[in-house]
Amino acid sequence: MEMVNLIIDHKPVVVRKGSTVLEAASGIGIDIPTLCYMKLDDMNIENKPGGCRVCVVEVKGRRNLAPACCTEASEGMEISTHTIRVVNARRTVVELILSDHPAECLICAKSGNCDLQNMANHLGIRKIHYQGEHSVYREDTSPAIIREINKCIMCRRCETMCNDVQTIGVLSAVNRGFQAVVSPAFEMNLDHSVCTYCGQCVAVCPTGALTEVDETGAVIRALSDPSKTVIVQTAPAVRAALGEEFGMPAGTLVTGKMVAALRRLGFDYVFDTDFAADLTILEEGTELLNRLSAFMAGDQQVKLPILTSCCPAWVKFFEHHFPELKDIPSTARSPQQMFGSIAKTYFADKIGVKRENLVVVSIMPCLAKKYESSRPEFSVNGNPDVDFALSTRELAHLINLSNIDFKSLQNEDFDAPMGESTGAGVIFGTTGGVIEAAVRTAYEIFTGKQLPRLDFEELRGMDGLRKATIDFNGTPINIGIAHGLGNARKLLEEIQAGTSEFHAIEIMSCPGGCIGGGGQPYHHGDSEILKKRQRAIYSEDQNKTIRKSHENPYITKLYEEFLGAPLSEKSHHLLHTKYFDRS
Amino acid sequence: MPGIKLSEKAIGLIKTICSDFGNQGSELINVLHQVQGKLGYLPAEVQEVIAKELNISVAKVYGVVTFYSFFTMIPMGEHPISICMGTACYVRGAEQVLSEFKRQLKVEVGQSTPDGKFSLNCLRCVGACGLAPVVLVGEKVFGRVSPQMVKTIIAEYKEVGASEVKSA
Repeated sequence: MEMVNLIIDHKPVVVRKGSTVLEAASGIGIDIPTLCYMKLDDMNIENKPGGCRVCVVEVKGRRNLAPACCTEASEGMEISTHTIRVVNARRTVVELILSDHPAECLICAKSGNCDLQNMANHLGIRKIHYQGEHSVYREDTSPAIIREINKCIMCRRCETMCNDVQTIGVLSAVNRGFQAVVSPAFEMNLDHSVCTYCGQCVAVCPTGALTEVDETGAVIRALSDPSKTVIVQTAPAVRAALGEEFGMPAGTLVTGKMVAALRRLGFDYVFDTDFAADLTILEEGTELLNRLSAFMAGDQQVKLPILTSCCPAWVKFFEHHFPELKDIPSTARSPQQMFGSIAKTYFADKIGVKRENLVVVSIMPCLAKKYESSRPEFSVNGNPDVDFALSTRELAHLINLSNIDFKSLQNEDFDAPMGESTGAGVIFGTTGGVIEAAVRTAYEIFTGKQLPRLDFEELRGMDGLRKATIDFNGTPINIGIAHGLGNARKLLEEIQAGTSEFHAIEIMSCPGGCIGGGGQPYHHGDSEILKKRQRAIYSEDQNKTIRKSHENPYITKLYEEFLGAPLSEKSHHLLHTKYFDRS
Repeated sequence: MPGIKLSEKAIGLIKTICSDFGNQGSELINVLHQVQGKLGYLPAEVQEVIAKELNISVAKVYGVVTFYSFFTMIPMGEHPISICMGTACYVRGAEQVLSEFKRQLKVEVGQSTPDGKFSLNCLRCVGACGLAPVVLVGEKVFGRVSPQMVKTIIAEYKEVGASEVKSA
């Protein structure tokens, strides 16, 4: 490997040829401030348009300042990262950005989490010396995401996520100069576009230009309405990240505190989406086994591989881009929707509350779940199975708003019956988890034998595309895993071309799976945070006494009392769905 | 946006142009240039076909169309009139010439006359500053244009079709 020697702030540094000045500096602990730049190491995601010019440095012998993020380190270079000239230039650049930015920090949804606000603070900007015209653009609201383009600083991180990572291509820079904005084609609204609402644009937006639809107000109203019974479900990935919103280190599991906080907020029952994840495994796993058995018996019509269907952004993705494959994914609804459906039938009956008076709130790491809950097929006579889907961040706001001292809460347990879950339900929150949970159950049903081990390390990890073969007692089952829709697209193209080697494929839209969802606490480009959340999820699984979905006693009871068996007529009606051609 | 239905012929034409450029996304600007040359403008439906053929997102195509002032999503007139607003033309009175065109044709910049004969646009420098102010009608260049000449220029095109003037 060819190396180059350079000097940064009087310190010698040796880096691989091709490295940028920014990388070279960070290697020796010099932190050059950046704004538009973004790098998620483990996922090969990098955004360096060199647009904001905040990272400028002085290069000896060069007339003008150089942007560190996109200037290649070369032999003998002498760099200064904080001379008076550099600092003044940085301040000017940020003041110019602020001169066309609404000064709404006091009431902005991103306040406290805004990279631009932090940068202005970091540079000590107390006055904006440039006054001029402000660019104005209409606000665009969709079921999940709000675009307030007046606050856009054209860093184009969202464009990188939407085009390079997710390959959706909804967002692009359009128009020119002062009129330039990031927008869908023909400046249409997001809800007219092929947006999947994965929320990765929101997850990386440095300002308040892209935020989620805030439904906390509606939830507060429901909680204070005495005629309503309000229940809540929490997705697996939430417990591995919520603590970050209260200053706890990334990867802290806060399951018990989260349950306690939800009770303080006034929810009548605190349940767990993990329960519904176990239910999903029984439905989806049975579907997999049926298809596999038919395939092995020589049925040419059977559709393989089977694809998971828990992720609403992924569902919308294939409905838009691969409608001809819409018979391939499992028909099982997502855990959120299975929960809602069972809550408003089985559970409502059990507690003697009318459907209209039962409000189901879900806490999700996801923005697409807001859209999913609004899909018309998931409501009965206009009453949705899930009334409100809040993000992890929205839950944190609710907790703060209610004067709950989260860190000092004592751990509490979920309520029965829909709060009981297994380790298999918990790992739904990370890439590889759904398929591992499915394997644990499918293996035992298929072979009639007990699994010799429960941890399938070969299915875990952070690589965007993974594959493994699991030995089902002599029958090899090929499993594919993709996270990030760009990776999913590759597997779908293989299926289209007829070259797919897999029996089952798990797909999650967000890098890392739900732990990296668009509704999670902002990671500000630090992919270590995702790995810590992933470890937290696996440790919760380890600590569970029951780690296989089909051994969840409350699921067994649900089938006995209500559903009959997996894929029964009642299950089909309540727990399965169909997909639409949206091309 | 009012939807239009592209004819099979127009779709075929766009596909041919795309394939002439190897259906390469990197050839987008060339493809847009050629397609606009043939169809006169680049409405949404045309951009959608191009995006599909080049396997790039419609948003990207729209981004390029809206970035370059040369590309237009509004149908141009049979005789597109462009007034140069470059520095030399401007100081020699291009603005008065433009005003006169607006007055005579009763359209604003970027619009076409209701009969579809003329459209009015501005451009920046055609490299004939010695002839300032310069007006282009189709591909024909008129130099040292004064507001008084506007009426004559319009009259020259009023009754004839595009092909006749081009060959003249």
